[in-house]
Amino acid sequence: MSELTMVEALRSGMREAMHADASVVLLGEDVGRVGGVFRVSDGLRDEFGPARVIDTPLSEGGIVGTAIGMAMHGLRPIAEIQFADFIYPAFDQLVNEAAKIRYRSGGQFSVPLVVRAPYGGGIKGGHYHSQSPEAYFTHTAGLKVVCPSNPRDAKGLLRAAIDDPDPVIFFEPKRIYRAVRDEVPDEIRVPLGKAEIVREGADVTLIAYGAMLYEALAAAEEVAREGIEVELVDLRTLIPLDLETLEASVNKTGRFVVVHEAPLTSGFGAEIVSRLTERCFYALEAPPIRVTGFDTPFPYTLEDVYLPLARRIAPALRKAMED
Amino acid sequence: MLGNTERPGGERGARAADPDLVRVLDDEGRAMRKPVLPIERRLALYEAMVRSRRLDERLERVQRQGRIGFHIGSQGEEAAVLGVAEALAPEDWIAPCYREVAALLHRGFPLEAHLDNVFGNADDPNVGRQMPVHFASRAHRCLSVSAPIGTQLPHAVGLAYAMKLRGEHAAVAAFFGDGATSSQGFHDAMTFAGVMKVGVAFFCRNNGWAISLPAHEQCAARALADKAVGYGIPAVRCDGNDLLAVFEVASRALDTARRGGGPTFVELLTYRAGPHSTSDDPTRYRDPDEVSRWAARDPITRLRKHLEREDAWDIDREAALLARVDAELKEAIARAEKKPRPSVASLFDDVYAEPTEALLAQKREALALDEGGEG
Repeated sequence: MSELTMVEALRSGMREAMHADASVVLLGEDVGRVGGVFRVSDGLRDEFGPARVIDTPLSEGGIVGTAIGMAMHGLRPIAEIQFADFIYPAFDQLVNEAAKIRYRSGGQFSVPLVVRAPYGGGIKGGHYHSQSPEAYFTHTAGLKVVCPSNPRDAKGLLRAAIDDPDPVIFFEPKRIYRAVRDEVPDEIRVPLGKAEIVREGADVTLIAYGAMLYEALAAAEEVAREGIEVELVDLRTLIPLDLETLEASVNKTGRFVVVHEAPLTSGFGAEIVSRLTERCFYALEAPPIRVTGFDTPFPYTLEDVYLPLARRIAPALRKAMED
Repeated sequence: MLGNTERPGGERGARAADPDLVRVLDDEGRAMRKPVLPIERRLALYEAMVRSRRLDERLERVQRQGRIGFHIGSQGEEAAVLGVAEALAPEDWIAPCYREVAALLHRGFPLEAHLDNVFGNADDPNVGRQMPVHFASRAHRCLSVSAPIGTQLPHAVGLAYAMKLRGEHAAVAAFFGDGATSSQGFHDAMTFAGVMKVGVAFFCRNNGWAISLPAHEQCAARALADKAVGYGIPAVRCDGNDLLAVFEVASRALDTARRGGGPTFVELLTYRAGPHSTSDDPTRYRDPDEVSRWAARDPITRLRKHLEREDAWDIDREAALLARVDAELKEAIARAEKKPRPSVASLFDDVYAEPTEALLAQKREALALDEGGEG
């Protein structure tokens, strides 16, 4: 057990996995010599050698395509995409290959692959270092999509993702890479597909994931002073979705608000609202509300306006209580 | 400027006068030097080539009759496919395009399993989830066919890297066509293979056409093999309709890969004698004279002439082979056609190793709808 940032927790997770299993390899742009542009893999090349911590040429399609081939022959590759904004050249390899290989081969082949990608805004990264592309991947059968919000979960979910027999897209909230410290146990596993209730409350359910968890928490504390008790759920995994936890909470509160950084239209919030409306319709006391990024490209100067920060979440919680 | 049909990539290179083209047999089947492949293997491969051709012709008819939805064949490219297949060691892998069924059958993949895939029946190794001729067999070390072009090439690189890391001394034979050399997957795979020095032999079947686009409009390079230079990968050009040359060139490339000598790019100059697939009509874009010129260079005819010159083949053996192959194919197709569809429940298997709750709910819904039906 040690007190770690998310960057340190992820590194610790990869190091443990690489020690435990010689088939685990890391590949990506600048992951070796420099330890990744965010230093998540700092020191791993020295420890495990350049054959297992591989600095690749600059092509995301090549990184993921090569990792798929590795995964089909006994390796457990972790492919790093330097920024989630750069994942699109690998989209075909993820959606048409990694996601479908088990299915299309009748289970003859599997792709135990983890694709790590720092995502999200709040770091003055502009269009191309701020995006949240998770919904593209949640729409694809055969992929799992994970998004941790704290160092402990980051390590535990990463270990579970590496153990998983199927491809997992692992979105890392880079805005909080170093913002929080946590007690992180050795050899921790956090199972995929389990949400966590991080704050209990009887009035309204607030659903968030990744970096926005902290904004959601701040908003919940703000409205608590007005007597609104928020139940905050950290999704942790988008696919598989822990509908059971969400459903139980919404049946209890009768109201819910969903938060994500990605744009509103066809964002993952739409899926959550639909599923919960289908399941909890007669328990609902008010229309569901989404607080999300706007339907604009991610901006540079006005990112604080774009992001669904606490100052936008708190009014949504109050509105949910009006009806 | 010459018309398109005068110089598709395949035709440009396959002239006997081309100095850097590897050939063993001339157009009349005369061995220009002593072939490496023993005569009994030449005979076995001749039979495999004929079987592949008859299978394609028969399945095209079955498709026209509406008994299967689609077929994609390898007519005219049998030497390019089987010459490489013969050079493979059992531990080598195939990263296929979709015209390499004959290579898989050559490794012992049962004809029945292939036809089960073609009919998408309950015994299909892919459980009826892919179109016909999108084969896969882990047991025969052959990856799963994907329709998007060139995507298998980086997989070949990763697989070869995994073998290297695990201390296995085997090669990956990656197959693709001329069109694929324009794809992202090709560029990624050649880039990565070059710097990773992995044991992949890249076999480009340059058959002159990517559906309707002639090879010279696919790429302005003098030869597709020239592309390899930019990736630091040695290249060789080979007459792809000369089984004996393909075998020799493939043997060298695969041997280099197995010995840790890194990748080789092999351009096999051949010709797509048939349509791209049963969905295609090449009369809309191809000069019939070009087709007949290439028919005169047909790889099966050429090898048969060679075997006749060697007194290893004659008209009686030919007739017996055709009768045997046709009977086998007819019977096997009829058997595959009679098998039932995969179960409704199987639709939901293999999306993940373990189904999600969402999938289980959808499965219950589909099964309820199907109650009293096919189960």
